Amino acid sequence: MRRPVDVGDPDRLYTVTGGRSRSDGSSFDLVTLIVAECEPAVGQQSEHARILELCRHPTAVVEIAAELSLPITVVRILLEDLQATGRITPRHPRVAASATLPDSALLTEVLHGLRNL
Amino acid sequence: MGSATSELPSSRTPLRDTAENGLKIVVVGGFGVGKTTLVRSVSEIRPLNTEEVMTQAGAGVDEMPESTGKTTTTVAFDFGRISLNDRLVLYLFGAPGQKRFWFLWDRLFAGTLGAVVLVDTRRMDESWYAIDRLEHHGTPFVVAVNRFDDDSARHSLEEIRAALALPAHVPLIECDARVRSSGKDVLITLVDHLHHLARERELTA
Repeated sequence: MRRPVDVGDPDRLYTVTGGRSRSDGSSFDLVTLIVAECEPAVGQQSEHARILELCRHPTAVVEIAAELSLPITVVRILLEDLQATGRITPRHPRVAASATLPDSALLTEVLHGLRNL
Repeated sequence: MGSATSELPSSRTPLRDTAENGLKIVVVGGFGVGKTTLVRSVSEIRPLNTEEVMTQAGAGVDEMPESTGKTTTTVAFDFGRISLNDRLVLYLFGAPGQKRFWFLWDRLFAGTLGAVVLVDTRRMDESWYAIDRLEHHGTPFVVAVNRFDDDSARHSLEEIRAALALPAHVPLIECDARVRSSGKDVLITLVDHLHHLARERELTA
């Protein structure tokens, strides 16, 4: 049986985020794709450096969380730091603005992709 | 699962640099019903596992024993990935159907295209709650019955539809979550259903 990710003790999470426990709401979606705009720098917080490394190619928020073994919330906070200093660019998901259903054109594209698997 | 961080970065399969639009489909079902198996059978990466933790007093969040004085909700889930084309990437989430999970639905799965309810006919009661919650959230879904070899009863789809009190417009199919083509058919059935709903809406708009 698989064990859930070990997220470490709460103190570690507290340290990683500098004591912040919630993001400011400008939130990153689970599937927002993050792209690094620069290389990790010496002396940078190690979590920030790892994110910049991972995001040399577009990487979803949820993949970053899994690779860093950190909860989504913590990763969102770290990403806000990096975005505030221009070190990443988020590619937010673009699903139809209109409520619950995406438009049929997008779904046609998804179907096409699935059939070609 | 501490191994996730000890692996070399080169073991990851990065997305194409042109990838720009992430999409979500959620597979919901009880413990052991085969969610991870289904995700694995269609994913281009080995399924990864992650967690969301919520530690604050929030309305409607799990009631913790009063002695702790705070509310904490932790939900672990698996996910896999399918690159649909140069721009579109579909993420498939295997999510537990338990109660605390639904408190985090909006936070985790807002904007999801739709959901697959994976059913084990030997434990059908676990599916009722998931179906009820998806209806509540207005998330379109299909129901897939994972056929287990040792399921002696072999209920027909009609019997299962009746047992789940599933409306006629919700697609109900059989699958073998271990088989890639079968998993792929489940996803196509869902997206076909969504496409149909979207067309209906567009024509009446």
